[in-house]
Amino acid sequence: MSSLTVTAVGRSFGSTPVLAGVDLHVPEGSLTALLGPSGCGKTTLLRLVAGFDDPDTGTIAVGGRVVAGAGRSVPARHRRIGFVPQEGGLFPHLSVAGNVTFGLPRRQRRDAGRVRELLGLVGLDADLAGRSPHQLSGGQQQRVALARALAPGPSLVLLDEPFSSLDASLREETRRAVADALSAAGATAVVVTHDQAEALSTADQVAVLRGGRLVQLADPRTLYRAPQDLDVAAFVGEAVVLRGEVRDGVAGTVLGLLRLARPCPDGPARVLVRPEQLRLAPPGVGRVPARVRGVDFFGHDARVRLELLSGEAVTARVEGGELPAAGDDVGVDVVGAGLPYPAGPAGAGPVVPSAQDPVPQLG
Amino acid sequence: MTAPAVRAPLRRTPVTVALAVAVAALALLPLGYVLVSAGGVGWTGLRELVWRPRVGELLWNTVRLAGGTVLLSVVLGVGAAWLVERTALPGRRVWHVLLVAPLAVPAFVNGYAWISLLPGLDTYGGALLVVTLSYFPFVYLPVVAAFRGLDPALEETARGLGLSTWSVFRRVQLPQLRVAVLGGGLLVGLHVLAEFGALQMLRYATFTTAIYDQYRATFDGPGATALAGVLVLLCVVLLLAEVRLRGRHGYARTGAGVARAGRPLRLGRLTAPALAALAALVVLAVLVPLAALATWLVRGSSAALDTGALLQTTGTTLGLAAVAAAVTTAMALPTGWLAVRARGRVATLLERSTYLGSSVPAIVIALALVTFAIDVTPWLYQTVPVLLVAYAVLFLPRAVVTVRAAVEQSPRVHDEVAASLGASAPERLRRVTLPLLAPGIAAGAALVFLAVVTELTATLLLAPTGTSTLATAFWSASSALEYGAAAPYAVVMVLLSAPAAVLLSRDAWRGATP
Repeated sequence: MSSLTVTAVGRSFGSTPVLAGVDLHVPEGSLTALLGPSGCGKTTLLRLVAGFDDPDTGTIAVGGRVVAGAGRSVPARHRRIGFVPQEGGLFPHLSVAGNVTFGLPRRQRRDAGRVRELLGLVGLDADLAGRSPHQLSGGQQQRVALARALAPGPSLVLLDEPFSSLDASLREETRRAVADALSAAGATAVVVTHDQAEALSTADQVAVLRGGRLVQLADPRTLYRAPQDLDVAAFVGEAVVLRGEVRDGVAGTVLGLLRLARPCPDGPARVLVRPEQLRLAPPGVGRVPARVRGVDFFGHDARVRLELLSGEAVTARVEGGELPAAGDDVGVDVVGAGLPYPAGPAGAGPVVPSAQDPVPQLG
Repeated sequence: MTAPAVRAPLRRTPVTVALAVAVAALALLPLGYVLVSAGGVGWTGLRELVWRPRVGELLWNTVRLAGGTVLLSVVLGVGAAWLVERTALPGRRVWHVLLVAPLAVPAFVNGYAWISLLPGLDTYGGALLVVTLSYFPFVYLPVVAAFRGLDPALEETARGLGLSTWSVFRRVQLPQLRVAVLGGGLLVGLHVLAEFGALQMLRYATFTTAIYDQYRATFDGPGATALAGVLVLLCVVLLLAEVRLRGRHGYARTGAGVARAGRPLRLGRLTAPALAALAALVVLAVLVPLAALATWLVRGSSAALDTGALLQTTGTTLGLAAVAAAVTTAMALPTGWLAVRARGRVATLLERSTYLGSSVPAIVIALALVTFAIDVTPWLYQTVPVLLVAYAVLFLPRAVVTVRAAVEQSPRVHDEVAASLGASAPERLRRVTLPLLAPGIAAGAALVFLAVVTELTATLLLAPTGTSTLATAFWSASSALEYGAAAPYAVVMVLLSAPAAVLLSRDAWRGATP
C-alpha cells in the first residue's frame, strides 16, 4: 500500500475546465472521501489517478513514483491501482470467481482457496463463487467488485460512488462491509461520493471539491465543526446562518449573544450554528421567542421550522420525544458556541484551521 | 453523479484508428474510382456521353420507378404498420411475420416469378408492382419499431383533448414517425436505384441494366463509366435529400422507464376490409412468388434436376458467404468500436464512409473493381479476393451497425477495470471485449452471410470464370428461359434467407430499430 499525492492537477474538456490546480495528499493506509456536488470534477480526478485519462497540468504520484504528468503517463495496467466503478462493473460473461480472479496470474486463477479468501475478505459466502453477476444483489455486486480490485494487491484502491445505486437498507450494510474490508486489507483508498453523511461516517479524511477546486481537506469532525466557508458548512450538514455583530469575542445575533468558537475581529460577521444546537422550551425569560411554522418528523428526531419575531426563519433539530405543533409559540436557546465568518470586503475568507489545529469545542 | 463527457482520445488508440481508416478507404475505393475515371474522360467527352436521348430515357425510367416505388412503399408500409401495431386486428403477430416475409425472396426471384406467370409484365406498371412488393418491408420494419417506441400516453392525451383517430394519426403519430419513414424510404430508393436482376428480368431499362449491357458489349469503356457516374449522382441526391428532410434530431420519450403498451384501437365494421387488404398484400408479395416457384419446381423436376450441380453450387455459395461474413465483420470491428468509444467528428466520418461506399449500386462497385483490377492489380483480376472486397464494400454497414450496437451495450467501464487489473490491450480484447461483443458480432456476420447468399449483380461481374453461386446459376438458367431448371436454385436461396427475415421481424417486434 502506498500514499497518493496529487499536485496542481488541471484538466479541461474542450474549453470547459473541469479541474483547476487540485492538490491532494492521501496518507498510506487511510481512507479519503472525495466529496462534492454533481459535476464538481470528482469522478474526473478519480479517472486521472486511475490512468483512464491524462491531466493537462500537474502531477500524480503513487508512493513517491510519478505516474502522470511531468511528461509521462504510466498506462493504467502498470499503475497497480484497483478500481471499483459505479454499480460494480462486473464482467457479465464471467462468474463471481472469474471476476474476482481476473487480475491474478493465470496459475492462481483456478485456486478455489484464494477465491474463498477474497470473498471472505469482503464478507461474502464462498458459495457465491459459481454465480453469475446478474444473480447477485446490488450490494453483493459491489463487494465482489471490491474483492476483484483487492485481489492483485494494489497499492491504492479507487471507488467511484460505490453505494449510490443501492437502496437505503443495503447501503448502510454494504458501506460497513466495504470499510471493514478496506481496513482489514490495510488499503489506501479513495471513495468518490456526493453523500455527505457517507463521507463523514466512513472516511478518515474528507476532501471537498467544488467547481473543480479542492476547497477543504480535513478529518470529518473538523470539516463539520470548522468548515472553510459557509457553502461548505451548508454542504456537509444543515446550517443556521445568522447575521451578527462581533464585539469582544461575543456575537450579537437574532438568537441573542453567542459565544464564539474561535477568535474573530470586531465588526459585522455571519455566525454559523448547527440546528442541533438550538433547544426549544416554553416561552420564558432569557429565551428568544419564536413561532413554529412546521415540523418534519423523522422518527429518531425531527426538524422544527421556526420563525422569529424579526421574521427570520431558522431550523432546530430536536429529539423525537416531545414535539411542538405548527403554530405553537416556543422559546429558543442556543447551546455551545457559534462559528464566526467575518463579513469582510468581497469574499475575504475566514482564517481556516487545518486538520492539525485543535478542534474547537462546541456544545 | 453525471459523468463528464470523457472520451478516449483518438491518440490513445492509434492502431484501431489506422485500421478504421484503411477500411474506410477501401469502402470508398469504388466510388472514388468511378469519379476519377469520369473526370479522366474530360468535360466535353463526358457531355457527349451523358447528353444523349438514351440517357434521358434511362433517367426518366429510373426516376419514375424510384419515385413511384418509394411512394407506394411508404403508403403500404405505414398503413400495414399502423394496422399491426395500433389496432385490435386478429392475429397481429402472424401478420407481422408475413409482412416481413417478402425479404426472404430476393427481388430478382420475385421478378422471375411474376414474369414467368404473366409474360406481359414487362412494363412500368409491372416493374413498379414487383419492386414495391419486394421492398415495402424496408419501410414497414422501421415504422413498426418506431410505433413500438412511441409513448402511447401522447396518443391518449391527444384523444383526451378531443382529437379523432385520423387527427391523432396525422398530428401526433405521423410527425414522430418521420425519421423512420424517411429512413425506410431512403433505403427503398437506394435499393431501386441499385436494382438490377429484377428489372433485367422484367426487361425494364434503367441505369443498372444499361450499364450491364454496355459492359457486356464493350467490356470496359467510358460509356459505362459515364452512366455509372450519373447513377452515383442520383444516389448522392437521395442521400442529401434525406439528410435535409430528416432535420437535426429525432424524437425521444421524455421521462424514464419503458414505454407502456397502449390499448389497441377497435376497428369494428372496418375489421373485414382491413384484413382483406393485408391478405391481398401478403398474397401478392409472398404467395404468388412461392406458388410460381412451386409450380416451376414441379414442372422442372420432369426435366431431370441436376442434384450434383445444385449441391456443388450451394457448397460454393455457402463457402464464399462464410468467408465474406468473417472478413466483413472483422473489418467492421474497428469502425464500430471507434463510433462508440471515440465519439467525435473523425469517428463519425469513418463510420459514414462505410455507409456512403455501400450506398453505391452493386453494378457500379463491380464495374469499378473490374476496371481497377485490370488497370492497377492485374494479378488480382478474376480472383476470389476481388469478389470478397465487393461483398465487404456492399455489406459493411450491416456488420458495422450490429457491432456498434453491441459496443454501445457493453460499457467502457469493463475495459477500464480490466486495464486497472493489469490486462494489456490484446489481453483485454481476448478476455473482455470479444466475449462481450460475441452476440453482436455473430448477428452482424449472419446478416452479411445471408446477404452474400443472394447477391447477384457483383457476383455476375466479378466471380472467377467457372465459379457459380446459387444466384448466378439461377440467373443463367432463367435468362435462357429455362424456368424449371432455375427454380431449385431459387428455392435454396429462399430457404437460406428465411432465417434473416425471421431475425429482422423479431428485432422490430422487440422495438429495436433495424
